[in-house]
Amino acid sequence: MPTFYEAIVDRLGPRCLRTWDSHGMLVLDIDASQLLVVVEALKADFGCALFLDVTAVDYPARQPRFDVVYHFLAPAQMQRVRLKLQVDEHAAEVPTLTGLFGSARYMEREVHDMYGIRFAGNADLRPILLYEGFEGHPLRKDYAMEHEQPIVPYRT
Amino acid sequence: MAVMDYLTTRKDDLVGWVRKFSLFPYPFVTACCGMEFMSVSSTLYDTDRFGAALPRFTPRQSDLLMVVGTVSHKQAQVIRKIYDQMCEPKWVMAFGACATSGGFYRNYAVVQGVDKVIPVDIYVPGCPPRPEMVIDAIMMLQDRIANDKHPILPSEQPPPERS
Repeated sequence: MPTFYEAIVDRLGPRCLRTWDSHGMLVLDIDASQLLVVVEALKADFGCALFLDVTAVDYPARQPRFDVVYHFLAPAQMQRVRLKLQVDEHAAEVPTLTGLFGSARYMEREVHDMYGIRFAGNADLRPILLYEGFEGHPLRKDYAMEHEQPIVPYRT
Repeated sequence: MAVMDYLTTRKDDLVGWVRKFSLFPYPFVTACCGMEFMSVSSTLYDTDRFGAALPRFTPRQSDLLMVVGTVSHKQAQVIRKIYDQMCEPKWVMAFGACATSGGFYRNYAVVQGVDKVIPVDIYVPGCPPRPEMVIDAIMMLQDRIANDKHPILPSEQPPPERS
């Protein structure tokens, strides 16, 4: 009987660029084109019913520049799975997961706020933590740390 | 004329004395300093002893705005509106490091001290401040109110509007 992780690797390994173990958690490096297929299989066949988080990592010197990182939880096994895919700054677009997980709507909006990564198919990418008129993406490494964009003009 | 001047100074003393013991605070609590505010306003430290205990949760009935905690740029519009809604006379206390200077948040989200948005009368440093420091600040503010001019007579010049 293969373990939970082994079963996932057996089934989805061919679709991944690399699978590895990070401190006891299974990590799947995938290409953006495989995202929906892999997530659908995780949800339908492996019980990964909870979409925990999506975020991104900025490596300014690297090509492609961003990692997009997803976490899923299979409540029956209490096991987590991490998905990672790389996107370039100029074509920073990833398919949306809103079709599979409704909670992806807000989390993808936040990543769009903070890193400027677009989620193709998410119809509502208005700012959620930032505000209308905010320029740039504050969690990118090239956003100046002390750069502020006040809504209420500062008193002099 | 000298008699009127004398009466005017006594009037300022009287009004100052009345005002300093009827500070109605509006706690604008946004962050963890709120815990310290609860502590200082409840039994153990009890700001009621200074006539500054009864929080009015509407700016229109209060005259001491206590900004307790971090103020973000999105919150700045709210606090500006609350300040504008308060009736004169009004005072503002910046409670804790974040309200005074932004504290350790030096980033895109946080206003670097609430005095960038509204005028502040008294600053209480600390992260969070000790209750004694808050009480000290209230007493200093009361001293200031007591020694201040209170132009309430029709013949007197109204105080300049602060923005």
